[in-house]
Amino acid sequence: MSDHQADQPHPRATNKSHAAVAGKMLALAVGMFGFGYAMVPIYDIICEVTGLNGKTGRVSIAEAEAAKLDENREIVVQFTSTINASGSWKFEPTVREMRVKPGQTYQTSYYAENLTNATTVGQATPSVSPSEAAKYFNKTECFCFTQQLFEPLASKDMPLVFIIDPDLPLTVDRVTLSYTFFNSPGATPAADQSASLSPSLTGFTQEISQ
Amino acid sequence: MSYSDADAHHGDHDHHGPAPGLMRWVTTTNHKDIGTLYLWFSLIMFFIGGGMALIIRAELWAPGIQIVDPMFFNSMTTMHAIVMIFGVVMPAFVGLANWMIPMMLGAPDMALPRLNNWSFWIMPFAFTIMLSTLFMDSGGPAGGWTMYPPLVLQMGDSFAYVIFAIHFMGISSVMGSINIVATIFNMRAPGMTLMQMPMFVWTWLITAFLLIATIPVFAGAVTMLLTDRFFETSFFSAAGGGDPVMYQHIFWFFGHPEVYILILPAFGIISHIIPTFSRKQLFGYDSMVYATASIAFLSFIVWAHHMFTTGMPLAAELFFMFSTMMISVPTGVKVFNWVSTMWRGSMTFETPMLFAIGFVIMFTIGGLSGLMLAITPADIQYHDTYFVVAHFHYVLVPGAIYSLMAACYFWIPKWTGNMYDEKLGRMHFWISTIFVNVLFFPMHFVGLAGMPRRIPDYSLQFADWNAIATIGAFGFGFSQLMFVYIIFKCIKGGEKATGEVWEGARGLEWTVDSPAPYHTFEDSPTITPETITR
Repeated sequence: MSDHQADQPHPRATNKSHAAVAGKMLALAVGMFGFGYAMVPIYDIICEVTGLNGKTGRVSIAEAEAAKLDENREIVVQFTSTINASGSWKFEPTVREMRVKPGQTYQTSYYAENLTNATTVGQATPSVSPSEAAKYFNKTECFCFTQQLFEPLASKDMPLVFIIDPDLPLTVDRVTLSYTFFNSPGATPAADQSASLSPSLTGFTQEISQ
Repeated sequence: MSYSDADAHHGDHDHHGPAPGLMRWVTTTNHKDIGTLYLWFSLIMFFIGGGMALIIRAELWAPGIQIVDPMFFNSMTTMHAIVMIFGVVMPAFVGLANWMIPMMLGAPDMALPRLNNWSFWIMPFAFTIMLSTLFMDSGGPAGGWTMYPPLVLQMGDSFAYVIFAIHFMGISSVMGSINIVATIFNMRAPGMTLMQMPMFVWTWLITAFLLIATIPVFAGAVTMLLTDRFFETSFFSAAGGGDPVMYQHIFWFFGHPEVYILILPAFGIISHIIPTFSRKQLFGYDSMVYATASIAFLSFIVWAHHMFTTGMPLAAELFFMFSTMMISVPTGVKVFNWVSTMWRGSMTFETPMLFAIGFVIMFTIGGLSGLMLAITPADIQYHDTYFVVAHFHYVLVPGAIYSLMAACYFWIPKWTGNMYDEKLGRMHFWISTIFVNVLFFPMHFVGLAGMPRRIPDYSLQFADWNAIATIGAFGFGFSQLMFVYIIFKCIKGGEKATGEVWEGARGLEWTVDSPAPYHTFEDSPTITPETITR
């Protein structure tokens, strides 16, 4: 080694600056963990702006009455339903298709029946496709806003009042509103859920292996 | 650990050997020991993950369900991915970083040696926890390594074990990365500027930043899965107002930088080997550094190309398509720089060089199929088919894994002091290269023809190519036993290696003896134009 080395045997950084670098990197790691969680509200905002996840809008009755009626357009609204694997329900739209004018309020309903012998709480989640139509599909009243309580084997018609915003892009002439009906997760004991889940899973694998 | 301690022992450091017995490996804080531990761990996991791959290929030998239960098949595809990504490629690169970065920088050890010990010893526990789920009644994780909800939430008892194992792996990677960043920033030999650092160090610095920035996001995503399953939250459950597609956004925000974590250190390794065996300096060092940084930056803004079929606005599809295609520019810069380095070089074709050239050619094949997948309308056709499987296996097996093989052959004389058996090494390369193409090339054909991935059965028209791929898989898998044999043979003995090992090799790691003494560069080296790689 050179003389230069002998004069300055330890010109490298000290342990203190290791701690400084490590501390900054650790702060970055912790910050990014927080960013992962921050993506949840960010995602919701982006979805609200773009209609990305097909979530529909909600307006007050006054706002709906103030909307300008567009007599010249006719939009086909289709209704579909899905039952989530975790529940035992009958759930379907009372009307499958409507022809509507933007700016006018319409009412329809979905029929739901609890097929179990237990009091059950259900909840519906809407999704509109195409997604660019989602933010123009507004509701003043919807069963999806609240949890629905069902007595054993009870059934009911659940109302839905909607209005299509006249600003709906001209490229859209057909909108599909899909509801998925769930056992409301907060209202059902978790143990029941997993119990109902595993037999269906086992059945699924058996089915494939046959 | 302080430098004044080292100073007190100045002059007699040659007597500092490793502690005797097994406890040496448990308590070690020596970067070479820890590097060795990481490399052995990753080699063992390579055979575990490879065994899983062979179970998959054996089942896919013919249409129909023959050998394994479909649930077990699914857990094999899931575990194969997790083991190979988190248990093989990442620890192997960390092992190489441990061994080589201090030596390349002229540093006596890593900046935080005790943290280093901890980073390694978490890994065997993490993988023991994860692999133990295979023996549970509910079986191992079977929802794919991407762990999409709601499917993953229906997993059996293994779910919590896998999540905790992933947390451990993440903690290990982040600690290892913090250590690497601190080492590179603080421990360079006096006079070595950032733009004089060897390429392997540069690529690892950028990789470490990617790890620190993305692994915590992944940890957050799996924690949300955990609370969705056990604590009644609804991040990803539509029933409670969440959105399962959001998981895919968070996951791929981590997942796409992750694929560059798996390849950037490989770029660094290749940038050492090609100049050495071309007997030229690396062509375009500066552009290599900037290309690496550009790839790292772009990797954060392309994630949704994994999700074109989930439905997104046209503007987003266009953005993610073009930003993805843009990555091929810096990657192309790298490939052309390697080719230009070889141009008119005095090339010889020792085993590391063969693997490096194999890497350049076959990684480029994988890169080009990646470009095809970037095209949104085409991707809707290719999505979740074997074409995707062919694509990422071309960049990971003859890509990342070949770079690791090349690195082992390149540096093993420095590690053991013995030359490996060159004849067997070349045989290993040629046999592997033939079989790896027999294994993965037909997957392009069945994929374009519509064969879906992750399913144990398939339509009859895919039978021939699948049988060929299975032959390739067994050929490739068993030829890796040669690699193990060559390593053991090299450790036991062989032609003695010089300090320089390779004619005209540049870099500080070649200025120390072979095998490298237990402690190197306790006194800082002097940086001269001959000792820097650029």
